[in-house]
Amino acid sequence: MIPASFDYHRPESVADAIALLSQHGDEARVVAGGHSLIPMMKLRMAVPEHLIDLRAIAELKGICRTEDSIAIGAMTTQSEVIGSEELASLCPILRETALQIADPQIRNLGTIGGNVANGDPGNDMPALMQALDAQFQIRGPGGERQVAARDFYEAAFFTALAEDEILVAIHIPTPPNGHGYAYEKQKRKIGDYATAAVAVMLTMEAGRCTWASVSLTNLADTPLYAEEAAAALVSSSLDEAAVAAAAAAAEAVTEPVSDGRGPSHFRSKLAGVLLRRAVSDAQARAA
Amino acid sequence: MSKTVITMTVNGQKVEALAEPRMLLIHFLRETLDLTGPHIGCDTGHCGACTVDIDGMSAKSCMLFAVQAEGAEVTTIEGIAQPDGSLHAIQEAFREHHGLQCGYCTPGMITRAYRLLQENANPSEEEIRYGISGNLCRCTGYQNIVKAIQAAAASMNSVSEAAE
Repeated sequence: MIPASFDYHRPESVADAIALLSQHGDEARVVAGGHSLIPMMKLRMAVPEHLIDLRAIAELKGICRTEDSIAIGAMTTQSEVIGSEELASLCPILRETALQIADPQIRNLGTIGGNVANGDPGNDMPALMQALDAQFQIRGPGGERQVAARDFYEAAFFTALAEDEILVAIHIPTPPNGHGYAYEKQKRKIGDYATAAVAVMLTMEAGRCTWASVSLTNLADTPLYAEEAAAALVSSSLDEAAVAAAAAAAEAVTEPVSDGRGPSHFRSKLAGVLLRRAVSDAQARAA
Repeated sequence: MSKTVITMTVNGQKVEALAEPRMLLIHFLRETLDLTGPHIGCDTGHCGACTVDIDGMSAKSCMLFAVQAEGAEVTTIEGIAQPDGSLHAIQEAFREHHGLQCGYCTPGMITRAYRLLQENANPSEEEIRYGISGNLCRCTGYQNIVKAIQAAAASMNSVSEAAE
């Protein structure tokens, strides 16, 4: 399948990319790894007349640690996220999640920025970013702003990103030392989007859960930050009653569609099942 | 939307050719450069038949435009054998262990296995299966492909030990 014709641009700075976006308006699209956009272009569901490739912009690449947070450039690939020993020690759920995305070839080109900014409810990183309380650093013609991952997603493929803005980096507050974590994803086969997936992060102290964060993937038209599920865990010993309450709270916020991955009620139920597994794994990993 | 000049290094040879920006890398390789080893299977990024090596990593050449590979070092299945035409250890192992039936996925499988064994010279069976999870084979059930990659790893490791 051959996409419609377009003009190709490869700016070397964010400013140049934004200028191109401002100049061409809705006839332009930025491309990161291209593994969502190019298939859409082949189907002619996306027909940009100007394709702005971000691959030559050095500023958008790389992982950098500050005192209390981690910055990941938007064009950092999933393979680079997986390969980073620094991320694996500070925030290992990133590697655990990235390893469950697509396959090796696709992770070599697919980027974390594209994954979060595309607004596809099937993508795994958006929910994870909500669990991590990440901030998205966004730049446009008028300057820069930050939007919380928990406020970024409006509907499937609709986000807080304006047409002339670019996601520059993701800022993740460094999770507490000794936290437990798990990203539990059920899929039909390797490379598939989630039938349902659950991210859990928590801390334990003297047998009690002192902090928890829970989010859900592909169970609504946006990622879901499941605040009540997390609240049900905090202050408990993660006993059966607390975990059952958290599972019920997670199921209650889901609004999945029925599709080839299963009927809606099954996918809602799966949220509870995966939450139980994720809590159990996270508890086992918590120091 | 005019054609632009694209230059890259393919199997060690510098190439320069005109292409429209919308031309996918797989079409550039197959139709412009006549390298028909990499196959088009699904054309949607699932099957891996179009896998090539780009700047030292495996990629699906149906999922990027040729213009995006400007300046890249690309290796296709045609560049895997020795210059004298003798088979690479991985190709030899696929032949020996019957790691193919219809052969459609084989160029992608071998190109992927080539990179996998550079990343991990001694992979476990599980690591091989995970490492080739982006390459679909509808004939073999993967058993003999995994055996072939294991055998290739062993033979490449014994050669590199002998060289030390």
